[in-house]
Order: sequence, then C-alpha cells, then structure tokens
Amino acid sequence: MTHPASVLVVGASVGGLAVAESLRRDGFAGALTLLGAERHPPYDRPPLSKKVLAGEWEPDRTRLRADAALAKLEMTTILGDPAVHLDVLGRAVTTASGRRLTAESIVLATGLEPRRLPGQAPWPGVHVLRTLDDAVALRTALLAASQVVVVGDGVLGTEAAATARAMGLAVTLVGPQTTLLASQLGPQIGGHLAALHTGRGVQLRLGAAVESLVGDEARVRGVRLAGGEVLPADVVVVAIGSRPATDWLFDSGLRLGDGVVCDSRCRAAEGIYAVGDVARWHHEGLGAALRLENRSNAVEQGAAVAANILGKDRPYTPVPFFWTDQYDVKIQVHGFAGADAQVIIVEGSPEAGQFAALYGSAGKVTGVLGWNMVKQTRALRQHVVEATDWSLVNSLRKS
Amino acid sequence: MRVIVDLEKCCGAGQCVLLAPKVFDQRDDGIVILLDEHPPEALHKAVREAACVCPGAAIKLEDPA
Repeated sequence: MTHPASVLVVGASVGGLAVAESLRRDGFAGALTLLGAERHPPYDRPPLSKKVLAGEWEPDRTRLRADAALAKLEMTTILGDPAVHLDVLGRAVTTASGRRLTAESIVLATGLEPRRLPGQAPWPGVHVLRTLDDAVALRTALLAASQVVVVGDGVLGTEAAATARAMGLAVTLVGPQTTLLASQLGPQIGGHLAALHTGRGVQLRLGAAVESLVGDEARVRGVRLAGGEVLPADVVVVAIGSRPATDWLFDSGLRLGDGVVCDSRCRAAEGIYAVGDVARWHHEGLGAALRLENRSNAVEQGAAVAANILGKDRPYTPVPFFWTDQYDVKIQVHGFAGADAQVIIVEGSPEAGQFAALYGSAGKVTGVLGWNMVKQTRALRQHVVEATDWSLVNSLRKS
Repeated sequence: MRVIVDLEKCCGAGQCVLLAPKVFDQRDDGIVILLDEHPPEALHKAVREAACVCPGAAIKLEDPA
C-alpha cells in the first residue's frame, strides 16, 4: 500500500486531531500539518455548554491532549490562521495570513458556524455558543445576569438553559417546535424533556417564532416574539443551529450542499477528504447521504478517513452515537431516533426517571435511547446493529 | 502499556466497553470501571482505539509502544 508523502488537515478540533492521531497510529511516517482557525490547541466542545459554562471546569481542562502528546505526533501545527481558499487540482490551501500549504492529501475538518437571527445586532448580552472563547464570554455574562432567554429548542439550547437554570438564573427557552428536541427525539421523548425543564423552573415558550431582539447599543433588553410580546432578558443565547463552515470553499469546485459532499469513503475529490460536522457522505448501510453533528462521529470518521488515505478503501458506515447531560439526566442515543419513528419504552419508565426506548421505522429497529439507563442502553444497541424486526420489539419489554 | 481513566471526564458512552470489554466496564451510572490497568499486548490495539474514540477524552495511555 502506498502512503501519500504528506497530509494537511484543515481544522484543529476533535475531528482533525483524530485524523492526525489515527494516521500516526496506522504507521503514516510522512509530513503532517494541522491547521486551525482558532488560537487554541485542540479542545473538546461538549463540556462548553455544561462544565465550562457552569464554572465546574477551568477552560484549560477542555484541552484534548497535553503538549507532550501533541509533540509525539511530530506534526507542524499552525493555529489562529483560518483557511480561506482551496486549490483542488494543486492540492493547496491558502490561509488568512497568506500562507500557502500544499500536501498530497488534504482533509477538510472545518466544522460548523453558528446560525444567527436575521439582522442579529452585535449588542452586549447577545451570545452564541460554539467556541471556547464563546463559552467563557457567556459564562462571564451569566454571572452578571438575572434573566436569560435562550432562543433554540435543540441540544445546545436545552443544555445552555439547564446550565443557566442550575446557576440560579431565571430562564425562558423559546423555540419553534412543539416540544424540545422534537426533530431529534420525536414528540414523546421530547415531551419528557420539556417536563424535566418545566419541573426545574424553566419557562418554555414552544411553538413560538422570534421576531427580533430588543435593545440598544448599551445592551440587549429582550426578545420580541411574533405577535409583539417582549420577553425581557439581560442575556440572550442564540442557539438556533449551525451551518457547515464551507464559505471558504465556494470557489473550490467541490460539490457543496449542506456540507462538503463526499462519496462513501468520505472523499470529496481525488486526494481531498472531509471529516466531522462539515462532511456529508454517502452511508452505504443506509443508502443515503448523511451529515452528523456530534463528537463521536468526528472521531470515528477521522479514523476512517485516515485509513482510507493510507489505502484501505473502506466505506464509512457508523452506528451514530450522541448524548446530552441536562440537570441530573443523561440521555444517550445509539443509531437513529428521529421525529417520525415509532417509539416504545422497553425498560424502566419516565415516572421512575430511568428508561430505555427503542426507535423503529420501516419495520426495523433503528435506534435506542437511554434516559439515565446507561448499561441497558448499551446492551440494546445490538438491536440497532442487527436491525431487529420491529414485530419482535414487544417481546423485549421488561417494563 | 498503562491505562489511566479520568472519572470526571467520563461521559458514560460505553464505547470503550464495546471495543475492549476485558479492560473496561461501566458502573450503573455509566462511569467507567477500569478492569485491567496493564492489559496484555493482544488487547493494545483495541485499547488504543478506545482511547482515541472516547467521547469524553477520558482515557490516557502511558508507554504506548
């Protein structure tokens, strides 16, 4: 198997780091460069909306690897210098500072950019939460705040609301869906999550559209809903989703369509691969294009791309995994949940605060969700792997 | 090889148990239990993969020869 002489990884978050580490672990001895837009060495994002925002961790604790471990990778690391242009045929990346980096294989792992409200003013008190700097700034703001409005009913919005509420702040969460995480988990489980938040004192304004922010140059004062009602706030967290960070690729000639479009090997063009939140690849197991925004995928896809760069030529067909921690509840999902799937609780019960549920569609088990039920959920994952027939699910019930 | 786990970073995903069940287990709340601090050579590849994919970055390896 021939290895490329050099590999350039664009993006120094968990996916990019996983590519670098996997390449070295698989025996790649060529030149390796890691290019990051942020000034920080690789750090972990899931703790940002939880431990870091809550002040339980110092920001430095999110670092993924110590300097010594990074040094062992024997790579050139360039931080604080965003990529601005990709030359596919020339296999070259130009950076904001004017560097031109070339490599035989290039991996695109530039992640996401948070969406903002249309016309979102840059007033003090308005925050998004994507980077370590964002988290530190939001924590500082929360410490001086009393009323917070979170705009967004997805994973990030609900985590931020839970953390702010646990800090003792008055929290209102606004979202367009009928319940929390409805599109990710469906109405039934989403309803349990909404009940959890309500029980902890979060005011939910579901099915509500935000018209605009209210405020002035001094600071944000609140959020105006369609219909005119103003929810007062001294901090507003905008968590209305993200979009793949592909603006810099607009003239690259690569196919872009909600992410960098790749084949089943996560290859966007000869010698060009994509990893993590930014990658839309063809999942052969599903027979469909897929883009996943979660940490586990970034690492697994990074390892898969490293193997393919080194000549393995294997399709990437993961069983996805994501989790969220809110208050004292840990929700974990293996496989695919989704809004339209059938759902059946097979162990425990919502009343007991512990349960596991199977999701199914087209007559097969597609996912398992655990609510404070970690080991059982892991065991049930096998039904996702085997795509157990949905008609057998009732016989699995223990509750 | 020496395996070190950080219980505070562990997010209870159980990916390590799926990859190397002789080295890792989970408590009922999901937090990792280290079964074998010095796993035999035959398990090193699986343990390295577990350390790499751990969603909490909670597994560290020393002397990963």
